Amino acid sequence: MAHFTKATSVKDWLNQRLAIEKVEKVMASEYWIPKNINFLWAMGMVLAITFTLLLVSGIFLLMYYQPDVKDAFYSVNYTIMRDVDFGWLWRHIHGVAASVVFLIIYIHMFTGIYYGSYKKGREMIWISGMLLFVTFSAEAFSGYMLPWGQMSYWAGMVITNIFSLGGLHMDGLVEWIRGDYVPAQAFLTRFFMLHVLLLPLAIMGLIGLHFAALRIPHVNNQDGEEIDFDAESKKYLAGDKAGSKVMRFANDFMSKDMMVVGIYLIFFFYLVFFQYGFALDPVNFDPADGLKTPAHIYPEWYFLWSYEILRPFSVNIGLMAFGFAQVIFMLLPWLDRSPNAVPASRRGAFSIWFWLLLIDMIVLTAMGKLPPEGIFSTIGLVAALAFIVLWIALPFITMNEKKA
Amino acid sequence: MKNKEPLILVVVVAFTLLTYWLVEPFAHSQMHKHVESQNFAYADLAPIIKTGDAANGKALVTGAAACIGCHSIAKDGVPAGMDAVTAAGSYGVNPPDLSNAGALYDPKFLADLIKNPAHALNVAHKFDAAKGQMHPMIAFAGAGGDIDQEVADMVAYLQSIAVKADELTPKMAFEEACGRCHTMKYENWTQLGTKPEFKFEKESLAYDIKVLEYQEALTKYMGKLPPDLSMYFRSRNEHFLSTFIENPQSQLAGTAMPRVGVTAETAHKVIEHMADAGDTKRHERESVGKNVMIFIIIFAIFALLWKKQVWRDLH
Amino acid sequence: MHNSSRRGFMGKAFGAVAGVGVVGSLVAMKKTWDPLPSVKAAGFTTLDMSIYPEGELITEKWRGKPIFVLKKTAEMVASQTESQKARDVVVGDSHFMIAIGLCTHLGCIPGYNAAEKSFLCACHGGQFNWAGEVTKVPPPRGFDIPPFKIEGNKMILGEAGPEYQAMKDSGVTL
Repeated sequence: MAHFTKATSVKDWLNQRLAIEKVEKVMASEYWIPKNINFLWAMGMVLAITFTLLLVSGIFLLMYYQPDVKDAFYSVNYTIMRDVDFGWLWRHIHGVAASVVFLIIYIHMFTGIYYGSYKKGREMIWISGMLLFVTFSAEAFSGYMLPWGQMSYWAGMVITNIFSLGGLHMDGLVEWIRGDYVPAQAFLTRFFMLHVLLLPLAIMGLIGLHFAALRIPHVNNQDGEEIDFDAESKKYLAGDKAGSKVMRFANDFMSKDMMVVGIYLIFFFYLVFFQYGFALDPVNFDPADGLKTPAHIYPEWYFLWSYEILRPFSVNIGLMAFGFAQVIFMLLPWLDRSPNAVPASRRGAFSIWFWLLLIDMIVLTAMGKLPPEGIFSTIGLVAALAFIVLWIALPFITMNEKKA
Repeated sequence: MKNKEPLILVVVVAFTLLTYWLVEPFAHSQMHKHVESQNFAYADLAPIIKTGDAANGKALVTGAAACIGCHSIAKDGVPAGMDAVTAAGSYGVNPPDLSNAGALYDPKFLADLIKNPAHALNVAHKFDAAKGQMHPMIAFAGAGGDIDQEVADMVAYLQSIAVKADELTPKMAFEEACGRCHTMKYENWTQLGTKPEFKFEKESLAYDIKVLEYQEALTKYMGKLPPDLSMYFRSRNEHFLSTFIENPQSQLAGTAMPRVGVTAETAHKVIEHMADAGDTKRHERESVGKNVMIFIIIFAIFALLWKKQVWRDLH
Repeated sequence: MHNSSRRGFMGKAFGAVAGVGVVGSLVAMKKTWDPLPSVKAAGFTTLDMSIYPEGELITEKWRGKPIFVLKKTAEMVASQTESQKARDVVVGDSHFMIAIGLCTHLGCIPGYNAAEKSFLCACHGGQFNWAGEVTKVPPPRGFDIPPFKIEGNKMILGEAGPEYQAMKDSGVTL
């Protein structure tokens, strides 16, 4: 057994047993961050804060929510919104954060793509991040079922129908997922379980992995600069704080993180109190009715681009395109054949590719919500094809890229 | 090295706003047709030109026009001929008590309603006289004199007994103008009135059965059971509710809901009551919201100052 | 050397045994997700087709949806057009209109007017005739027909028999 001495302080007592000083160094004070990064690098902290908001508000909603098809709508719209003191606040925070978290995820993702932060040595950061995106999507979808409103019911119906896999007619699989022929009690209870237990566990595990994947390759920087972290950190510790190219995670970078978080929270709480309609769809304030389809069925905005890739094609081709869209981002580190881990602006053709992809995804998002008629369905088809072509073209564009 | 952060911020904000505009205001403008409010002018109805005489109106309403054959007037002590459930069985829906009709409804609408109910209610498409389908309210064909004068008198009488506009609460407006067809469960409202507290389950169930019987007759009359309105304030927007109340056909062609002919003031109160039911904590949300915004701005300022201090050594 | 390869073998064998346990648990978990017997039993509705009166609409329920059953009168049968015959369901010597009772526009439940032998949807005014065809827009197509199988005088809803398959293949129903 290790040798323990009489502790001189509480800190010393803890230090002997948990090595808290060492942990503090590894996690914070000697976790070195390059100085040449901008506020986009704070999106990780913004996401952590948003996830915390979701977790905390979720805990209080869980205290009153009833996962029963007869009571769910009432427990949300009457009990939580009218009876429970500040119940409305938790619900608004939860609903708005669930939507905004995807905005930040997309910014975070496109930041990674722009600065090449998925390249050699950082592949696991990218993959764990994409896995987080997938689990967050599942978490958002399962949560959307719980108020058991019209959109919950019909989105549940339409999305689970995708698993019949078109021409394969796997109705058995759909019924297995639902536990019934239509979304009903079994469906609601299992999605409740997924939403409050299994998926949050998976998310927390993946967040751990995502952070761990960052520790060895270190954070990328905005200039594509190769930094000798050992030498630079020695310089910093020797007192040359200004001359070193790196800084401590805490408090140096953390103070900037918190500044960005502060500005973000102004935006976030404005949405919570005054502009929540985009996240709490009015249609979902009608109770679920299996005998009445809403006039327009559309997913939440963050699923629209992939929904639109599914929609303009015939059933089978649409499903293949949809499947393609789901996995292709995961393969980015290998589809990008260039070793240059520098900003897109210095990568010639890749820069054009980046902006085209971003614009194409915004077009897909818009068309995914609009009714699929006339010009909108044509634009949707073109944008969906463009998405596929862009990804197929990526290896060829990057293959001959000059060393930057 | 120049600071690129302002440019990056502009790019991020611009793309975010563009996406927001596309999926929210623009997409919704394409999905829902826009109906302009007519400010409850009811321009298709003829104005009342004659000056009404309330005393004469009372004589007509309680006499020759035979209104009280079906309608009660609680204010004047005229009771209902039958209970609500039986009335719904006979007419499809319980005929309203006329005590406050003069305050709830537009006078032009009342005048037109008396002369030609299906026209005023905008439900002529549901009643084909050739097939013997008649609106349950019988049109007033005149009591022998000048029919326009008689109608003006009746409207004057209804206005004279009704509550003053400022005494009409949102709750009253909703219950009297909408509550015979629509329930509002979150306010404990059924088509038979506010459900009382019962001591015994048996009595409570007996009441529910009476409501169901009423709803059965109503469903037969309307084609489908009119929806519960508890959450309609949040499931529809205010503009939709207002224009829908003004003229249901404008938003939902072919709908079984009649034009109810309320005044702009009454419609406003009805919507306020719907907000009380469906968005009960909106006042609290606004005041808490303001305080949180003030706090969070202070929070951001302190974060900024802390960052400035920490980073002074780093440059 | 001998020892370590033996240890390696036992390690793998232990892994294999553990794997059997994992597979077994996965089977149990999969089965726990299956629809309950009570749900499955409710997925098939058997109708006795001999009890329906002629010319009267009866609404049955199948998998949470209303099912219209209308036994056609002799004059209806005699007046059927080709397209109406394609939707006709014959059990014994009786002819039926069988349909999912939801308007194909937005899924409201249309009401049946016995005098006019037609359906009117109260939501947006769509109309259907007694054969289930759409006669007035907005509905895009006639009533959908649920999967059915005829067995003597009985009809099983939820199972696709040859008559239903033929209708599906010819595009009479979705």
